Amino acid sequence: MDLVKLQRQLVDYRDSLYHECFLDEQFTQLQELQDENNPDFVVEVVSLFFEDSERLLNELTKALEQQSIDFKRVDAHVHQLKGSSSSIGAQRVQKSCIAFRNYCEEQNVEGCLTCLQLVRQEYYLVKSKLEALFKLEQQILSAGGSIPI
Amino acid sequence: MMLGNCATSSSLSTESDEDIVNNNLTVLVVDDSPMIRKLHDMHLKKFGLKVQVAENGKNAVDLFRSGASFNLILMDKEMPIMDGAEVTKELRTMGVTSMIVGVTSLDSIFDRQAFMEAGLDHCFTKPLTTENIIFLLQELNKKNNEEN
Repeated sequence: MDLVKLQRQLVDYRDSLYHECFLDEQFTQLQELQDENNPDFVVEVVSLFFEDSERLLNELTKALEQQSIDFKRVDAHVHQLKGSSSSIGAQRVQKSCIAFRNYCEEQNVEGCLTCLQLVRQEYYLVKSKLEALFKLEQQILSAGGSIPI
Repeated sequence: MMLGNCATSSSLSTESDEDIVNNNLTVLVVDDSPMIRKLHDMHLKKFGLKVQVAENGKNAVDLFRSGASFNLILMDKEMPIMDGAEVTKELRTMGVTSMIVGVTSLDSIFDRQAFMEAGLDHCFTKPLTTENIIFLLQELNKKNNEEN
């Protein structure tokens, strides 16, 4: 595919991620921190987010499987996930954590289980979107082009 | 407009920021999340600050006990072993007068108030923004001027 087409595809794709609230302004701030001395900064931070989130999702699954659920512990994990998702601009993940925390407060098991499903869904969605975005960027760079702002 | 995949540092500096960049101020970032440590480290370095990170409160306290000092400490609240409020109280008891700023995703006003009362100078919501950093640098410069 020619470079100009790839670049246009990237811009359109990236715009759609903001438009559909997968990403917010915080992701832009992240990109603005990247420079020639740290060209992989965004990918590195997002990779840490992926590791962190998957660990937290596993912990949440385990915690909600217990006979006697420790809602404080569940809430602590959701709180952490909310914090890290907001730090990279994963808005939909962050928002899904808010509802989750409300159910934790009410000690509502069914509500928590539904929310866990939703959070997991939103996480895997944003993960695949970000991976696609990075792939496009890599294709442009490999073709000798630069990433459009 | 096509640019390389790098943000120029000029995107962060304005006329008023020029005065507060490259000032040899030191910062300790205390957070159990590797992602947050990396984020804050990068963000602060953009302003010419010298950054060190600590993975948890105990490491932060040990650093001070071993004689280290910092102009600014960015303190997460939710950490295992010692939470941010406990670390802050401990540092103040030890006589640490550095600026200590809470950076937390705590929503409740009561929780934030309790964190402030542990001895914070300021408390911001995660993640730290460029505006927050500029504000803190201005406060640090004021503090330095008063102490000199």
